[in-house]
Amino acid sequence: MKKENIKFIQGNEACVEGALYAGLDFFAGYPITPSTEIAELLSYRLPQKGGKFIQMEDEIASMCAIIGASLTGSKVMTATSGPGFSLMQEALGYAVMAEIPCVVVDVQRGGPSTGIPTHVSQGDVNQARWGTHGDHAIVTITASNHQDVFKTTVDAFNISETYRTPVILLYDEVVGHMRERLVVPKKGELPLVQRLRTSVKEGVDYHPYLPREDGRLPMSDFGAVHRYNVTGLFHDMWGFPSDNPDIVHGLLRHLVDKIQNNVNEITRYREYHLKDADIVLVSYGSSARSANHVVVSRRSRGEKLGILELQTLWPFPYDLIREKCANAKYVVVVEMNMGQIMEEVRKAVDRPEKVFLANRIDGSFITPTDIRSILRLIQGKGV
Amino acid sequence: MERCRLVFSGSGGQGVITAAIILAEAAVLYENLMAVQSQVYGPAARGGATRTDVIISESNINYPKVIQPNVLVCLTQEAYNKFYPIIRPGGLLITDNRFVKIQRKVDAQQKELPMYRRVMESIGKPIVFNICMLGAVVGLTKLVKPESIMEVLKERIPQGFLKMNREALDLGLQMAESITN
Repeated sequence: MKKENIKFIQGNEACVEGALYAGLDFFAGYPITPSTEIAELLSYRLPQKGGKFIQMEDEIASMCAIIGASLTGSKVMTATSGPGFSLMQEALGYAVMAEIPCVVVDVQRGGPSTGIPTHVSQGDVNQARWGTHGDHAIVTITASNHQDVFKTTVDAFNISETYRTPVILLYDEVVGHMRERLVVPKKGELPLVQRLRTSVKEGVDYHPYLPREDGRLPMSDFGAVHRYNVTGLFHDMWGFPSDNPDIVHGLLRHLVDKIQNNVNEITRYREYHLKDADIVLVSYGSSARSANHVVVSRRSRGEKLGILELQTLWPFPYDLIREKCANAKYVVVVEMNMGQIMEEVRKAVDRPEKVFLANRIDGSFITPTDIRSILRLIQGKGV
Repeated sequence: MERCRLVFSGSGGQGVITAAIILAEAAVLYENLMAVQSQVYGPAARGGATRTDVIISESNINYPKVIQPNVLVCLTQEAYNKFYPIIRPGGLLITDNRFVKIQRKVDAQQKELPMYRRVMESIGKPIVFNICMLGAVVGLTKLVKPESIMEVLKERIPQGFLKMNREALDLGLQMAESITN
């Protein structure tokens, strides 16, 4: 009969299950459609396991609260949608600069501004990349189904701890609200990365920003045994502000390189029927479900269509795109915005003119017919 | 059954979305099938035509929405007027004859059932109207076993309300049986 590890739940709930599996112990947030279920569910699931849930006065405070909690040694997360994500950008930059592990979920709805709250969009892709100011690197991951939502959520915590960086989980309204099956992995089935803590003893000087030989920065739980400074200003190995050009240059390079040099480790994707594909669909999030539908139906008719489903959006996997699209006559990017990932795909491929966009920006979920219409145009079959 | 696409529609508060979730959950948890349930969020949740889509399948489901349903349930006139054109030709269209006056020109097997009246006569609580509807759908389509629905209900609702829901489910099943024989 019923198996306990099989659930029929919303994507937002799958994200919660993944976060709890990964060891989340602090959540601060301000509920907003279409991410509300994440806060709602965590408000009673987290205290059950001894964690803390705080409903803050707004998203600025939410982001600041998880940064503070992370410094004290907790695994932390917040969840929001576009308008709240805008408010989080300043503190997100602080987390980048101070290298504080945290997970920020953005369940996308239509924007700009309060936009179209209950409908789907993928318009925050570039906001996730460049929403906060200044040169920086950031990790952004997405998923198209609940099994992957669970797994990418666990991944997000692992990546944030490994590289001491904020990780953005960029889901969308369709994935967040849709209900489907989730098979919860057994304990130990997915690897979990724990906080790297310093071995420096109490009473001995601890340098919060002095990397080990492997480049990683062990942390000391703030408020425990070491006193140290954390700032959004460029800082030296003690964490104190510095305008020394060598230090500024070195830190900025470090912040960018620790992500960019590990693109291959951070990149996650799925591919179907790519080997002999003449037309490659590149998609991500819920759009990939429609794209997949088209690939399955066209393949059964013998058409050489394949799909590359991106899960890691930032750092953008340019090499992967170049390799997977090398033999394609056409590349069609399927997304629900005005071509934010298409622009990156164009940068990656040998001939940008072979890249086309199949999109939808009216709050409706992109249909297989929308994609087929673009394919017909490309193939010269008329509309 | 390879794949069945269903749309339940009505007005906010009738429980069509809850019914859809119960059906899909029964399929996934107790029948080892794949299912996806989705709905359009918006002001429709408080009156107006509300709609929920369910796909139940033996194989993986990609596109999660329903474009042409095999089974369409309309519990208000507004929902019927809005959604009857989308039904797959020859599909099953279930309405409640207290709320919906049907059009004859629709290419579908239209089943007008006195679900609301029977629920009020036998149970007297409109809250289980949606479970009665679910009984009729399950009875006519055999998508899942009625016992699977009951298993889901046991987990979702307080013990004291189970009997009432069982009765409503049985009412729907009986109505389905009486029109198929």
